[in-house]
Amino acid sequence: MSEFNLLDPFQFLTIPLGDWVESILNYLVQNFREFFRAIRWPIDQVLEFSEAILQSIPPLIGIILSSLLGWQLAGKKMGVFCAITLFSLGLIGVWSESMTTLSLVLTSLFFCVVFGVPLGILSARSDRVERIVRPLLDAMQTLPAFVYLVPVVMLFGIGNVPGVLVTIIFALPPLVRLTNLGIRQVPEDKIEAARAFGCTPKQMLMKVQLPLAMPTIMAGVNQTLMLSLSMVVIASMISVGGLGQMVLRGIGRLDMGLATVGGAGLVLLAIFLDRLTQAMGERSDTSNTLHWYETGPVGFFVRGYRSMQTR
Amino acid sequence: MTDSTNILSIRNVYKVFGDQPDTAMQMLRNGESKDQIFDKTGQTVGVFDASFTVKKGEIFVIMGLSGSGKSTMVRLLNRLIEPTAGTIELNGKDITALGDADLLDVRRKEMSMVFQSFALMPHMSVMENAAFGLEISGIERHERERRALEALEQVGLGEHGSSFPHQLSGGMQQRVGLARALANDPTILLMDEAFSALDPLIRYEMQGELIRLQKEQERTIIFISHDLDEAIRIGDRIAIMEGGRIIQVGTPKEIMSNPADEYVETFFKGVDVSKFLKAGDIACKESGCTIRINGAVQPFDPANSQFGYLLDGQDKLQGIVPLNEVDASDSVDALLSRQVKQHQSIYSDDMIKDVIKKVANASYPVPVIARNGRFCGVISKDLLLQTMSHS
Ligand SMILES: Nc1ncnc2c1ncn2[C@@H]1O[C@H](COP(=O)(O)OP(=O)(O)OP(=O)(O)O)[C@@H](O)[C@H]1O
Ligand SMILES: [Mg+2]
Repeated sequence: MSEFNLLDPFQFLTIPLGDWVESILNYLVQNFREFFRAIRWPIDQVLEFSEAILQSIPPLIGIILSSLLGWQLAGKKMGVFCAITLFSLGLIGVWSESMTTLSLVLTSLFFCVVFGVPLGILSARSDRVERIVRPLLDAMQTLPAFVYLVPVVMLFGIGNVPGVLVTIIFALPPLVRLTNLGIRQVPEDKIEAARAFGCTPKQMLMKVQLPLAMPTIMAGVNQTLMLSLSMVVIASMISVGGLGQMVLRGIGRLDMGLATVGGAGLVLLAIFLDRLTQAMGERSDTSNTLHWYETGPVGFFVRGYRSMQTR
Repeated sequence: MTDSTNILSIRNVYKVFGDQPDTAMQMLRNGESKDQIFDKTGQTVGVFDASFTVKKGEIFVIMGLSGSGKSTMVRLLNRLIEPTAGTIELNGKDITALGDADLLDVRRKEMSMVFQSFALMPHMSVMENAAFGLEISGIERHERERRALEALEQVGLGEHGSSFPHQLSGGMQQRVGLARALANDPTILLMDEAFSALDPLIRYEMQGELIRLQKEQERTIIFISHDLDEAIRIGDRIAIMEGGRIIQVGTPKEIMSNPADEYVETFFKGVDVSKFLKAGDIACKESGCTIRINGAVQPFDPANSQFGYLLDGQDKLQGIVPLNEVDASDSVDALLSRQVKQHQSIYSDDMIKDVIKKVANASYPVPVIARNGRFCGVISKDLLLQTMSHS
């Protein structure tokens, strides 16, 4: 053994961080199995439910329904656009994989909204909460996914549920940030007016802050969806199914055809979701003068019904 | 002012902005000035020892230059800003001592506010905006829409319920702001420079509207303004603020004729008196010769007058006669037959500026009559010119 050297003290002075983490993980796995199973449960339920629905809808019906939705949200052009993207998904033969990926993405979106929006509201209300939450979000966004992929597998095993979990970790931050930002950006004079008319804090939130922050929150939803989609590929390493799996297998077998098809499917899905959520964001913007039931296919039927009545 | 009971009394109210209000209050008590306190502790004194009362049914204007603490003062009234010291009593109830629930109740039922920036909710239609206060109070949909529509009709926007604020002009938006405040049917209306963002013509129109609404509903209005003409036009009484202090409170006439200090005097310099003096304020009994004709013609003195004003037993004006054509021995009928044909008259609450033309065109001093018909005096051309040259 060499002498203790003051210039390089780290030969003797080291913290066994890696060992600690490992032993903590082992401890957790052995003693908190029930707890992790409890976390799995709700994710499992939502995932199974959404996958069952999406897989059971025949492709043509799915295309029609989603283009109607697009029409309702952003006009006829959007409806046609939705139909074309989804139709192409079917044409390149990845309809079923797309639906699996979509259900994964929607499930993670669901949990991101359930946790992210309230967290954003809390951090908009209190600077202290924001100070605590912000570095956490930074960590979630910058930590390479591979770092938490391993512990998540140790704690939850492999498959779609841990896949959704890592996706949530990766996709949550923008929603929290943008919810926080949107609420903080509500003009001071509107807040003051609401207070002057006797709003309770809850009324302030529901009737003034959230509606006025909605376009920004929708931008957060859009970001969360995009990040979820990109995470789905990485998550396929822990045997998550869908389009990501195709890409991974294609790369593994050097099958460029398979990888490209999977990639193209992901891109089409991304475009579809991006445009749709963007349209939703614009709808929630303030310059809308028609009620939702006066536009799109619903408006079409409502008008038809009204003219039948007047006749 | 039909009722002169006080609805609001503000006593020794202070507001210190900053994190050490107690230190600042102590320094104020020791007689240190606002500036000294700001230099030593960084605390801003927004309102300094304000005391005044507002009477039921009056338009009370708070006036002052920018930064004098007007906005702070009104926001203390509904506690959008918490006072540091002092009491504010609304109908005898101390607002500064209210708990959260009672305070919300005051804001919902007693005081509504209209803002300089309109502060309408962009995501709500005009109707929903007007019904906002009622919605917050938990009034059910049908009822609140009925009341909101009523309020919108009062401000002339009954047709625009389904529009959105960004589709309306500034003047129309502020009408919505006014309707939103009126829909709550508040005891007191607080208006913070409500018309300052509007162009002069629309502003003038809105002032007229406000005066009309106040006459119809006899609501108490506290109006903030930095525009003296506006203050004089709509204000029954005016409070003048400078550097957080209330320097003087009074009717425009009182302040004008007896300014508290030089600041107020310079403020009022160049004001057009014809805009706030009423005919009744300057009508003069001496310059016209009154002739009583109850039953028989009573003795009268025609010296220094050219016209005689015939009054019956109830002091009601019956006619005007040129004194050089009559004498004391004429009968009532003879007098009446010589009267000036279709003479002009002025109501005592007409503004001077509105009667200038009448006085200028008449060949005789124009009689001023109270709303109940009693003769108050006359305004001659000389008197009018003297009044106008006062400032
Ligand atoms: N929240 C605050 N924090 C610190 N100082 C404040 C705050 N609000 C107002 N002040 C100070 O209080 C003083 C009075 O402000 P206020 O807004 O009441 O004036 P104002 O008479 O309404 O002026 P304006 O005509 O420009 O609206 C100003 O010196 C201002 O800087
Ligand atoms: Mg102000």
